[in-house]
Amino acid sequence: MHTVTEVIRIPGRAFLHFISYMGQIAFLVRDLMIAFTNHVWRLNLVAQQIVSIGYGSQAVVIVTGAFTGAVFTFQTYAKFKDFGVESSVGAIVSVALCRELGPVLAGLMVGGRVGAAMAADIGTMKVTEQVDALRVMGVHPVDYLVLPRFIAMMISMPMLVAESISFGLLASYLVAVYGYGIPAPWFLSHMVDHTNQWDIVIGMIKGFVFGIIITLVACHQGLRAENGAVGVGIGTTRAVVISSLVMLIANFFLSILLNYIWPLGNNV
Amino acid sequence: MIDRTQEPFIRIRGLHKRLGWQEILRGIDLDVWRGETLCIIGPSGEGKTVTMKHVIGLMQPDAGIIRVDGIQVNGLRERELAPVRQRVSMLFQNAALFDSLTVERNVAFPLLEAGLRDKKEIKERVRDALEVVGLSKHGDKLPVNLSGGMRKRAGIARAIVTRAQCILYDEPTSSLDPVVSDVIDTVILRLQERHGITSLVVTHDMKSLFKIADRIAMLKDGLLRFLGTKEELRASEDPVVQDFINGRAEVDF
Repeated sequence: MHTVTEVIRIPGRAFLHFISYMGQIAFLVRDLMIAFTNHVWRLNLVAQQIVSIGYGSQAVVIVTGAFTGAVFTFQTYAKFKDFGVESSVGAIVSVALCRELGPVLAGLMVGGRVGAAMAADIGTMKVTEQVDALRVMGVHPVDYLVLPRFIAMMISMPMLVAESISFGLLASYLVAVYGYGIPAPWFLSHMVDHTNQWDIVIGMIKGFVFGIIITLVACHQGLRAENGAVGVGIGTTRAVVISSLVMLIANFFLSILLNYIWPLGNNV
Repeated sequence: MIDRTQEPFIRIRGLHKRLGWQEILRGIDLDVWRGETLCIIGPSGEGKTVTMKHVIGLMQPDAGIIRVDGIQVNGLRERELAPVRQRVSMLFQNAALFDSLTVERNVAFPLLEAGLRDKKEIKERVRDALEVVGLSKHGDKLPVNLSGGMRKRAGIARAIVTRAQCILYDEPTSSLDPVVSDVIDTVILRLQERHGITSLVVTHDMKSLFKIADRIAMLKDGLLRFLGTKEELRASEDPVVQDFINGRAEVDF
């Protein structure tokens, strides 16, 4: 009897936690929409955040993109060589980087770097009463803390994804052409022939959506931080874990949806 | 100058608040008159700061009414609290200065957020506020480079720069040395005398209490245990009150 109760209680509690979490995110989105309609943009804060998110993530995104492109080329070449189509490596690497690897890996890396920073910054402000101080001065925390980060992320994330893809393709070219001796014109013509603008658009859209996910999850964790430094640490960890998982799950459904709109394989 | 002819600046009636399983406040009635300094004392965890946070809308009561300058605070949404927060400001226990801003920019912050754009006026008001708290020479420092007492004084400067009619002080002299505590007390008194500011002060500092308070409220077990003047507090025959103000504890080892 006791076991039956537990069997019901444990998933029930998890379900209630999930509903509660989604409700809190919904309230955050509502406050963010209100902040948007107030037309108070605090452009200096947006600029600061663009520097922090965009400029500060350069190394992470470039290294991730470049080495992903390089290793993907290395592995693909070995298999494609068996079929005698090694010059097509550029095509598969390009499409994979644009549609999946570029946005997902850039998203995960930016989520780890920027999401953690957002949750820690806002969380520290929360537990040291700086968020309450904002409220006391008549400033809504979402207006001041979340909106500038949200706008900065919307601008930065697609650019970071584009950068990640570009360096991935460059690294792929270097490995294929200089490492394996594939003629450059072959590599490039296959890459260009099998990649169209919609592959790039898909990467940008995914980057945009991942930016929204990272900002919402990280800011939410920061704003609900409590119990001092321990609470900030927990919030920061959760921000990275939850945003990473949500990005991976969202990527699956986004891929299906975007592939339905702009199907893969209609490039030639 | 305490004005008892008008409605009290702060009126609290039947304030109840539960946090988790604990019933913090069990029906508090309290008035703070215009120009008055009312100190709230009581053991830790008895709801002093919670009471204060209700006044400025940082918390919403489970039951009861809070009115500030005629405006009913309870029930207002976050974005509807602006009129209350124009009238009342607050000094937090650890000052809650923004780490990334210099003292000057911290003090200017509420003016900028209130929409003031005249740089000359902002500069003058910040200078005046820093002068009142004796921090004129430290405006360009970051909060991390200030001592505890200087942080508190910077917090007071930020609280008074908007010319609020009422300031809430959450343990303004906690963890400060006696001399700095006296400086803070002097600032609070000066603000009351020169600008007629209404003050609600949560404190454990008995020396400070007897220097600045016009009236004192003591909270115990979620209820108002004592309310009266300093003289009435000293003369109180309630052993709980006397033990508290004299720092006596009945402990069996």
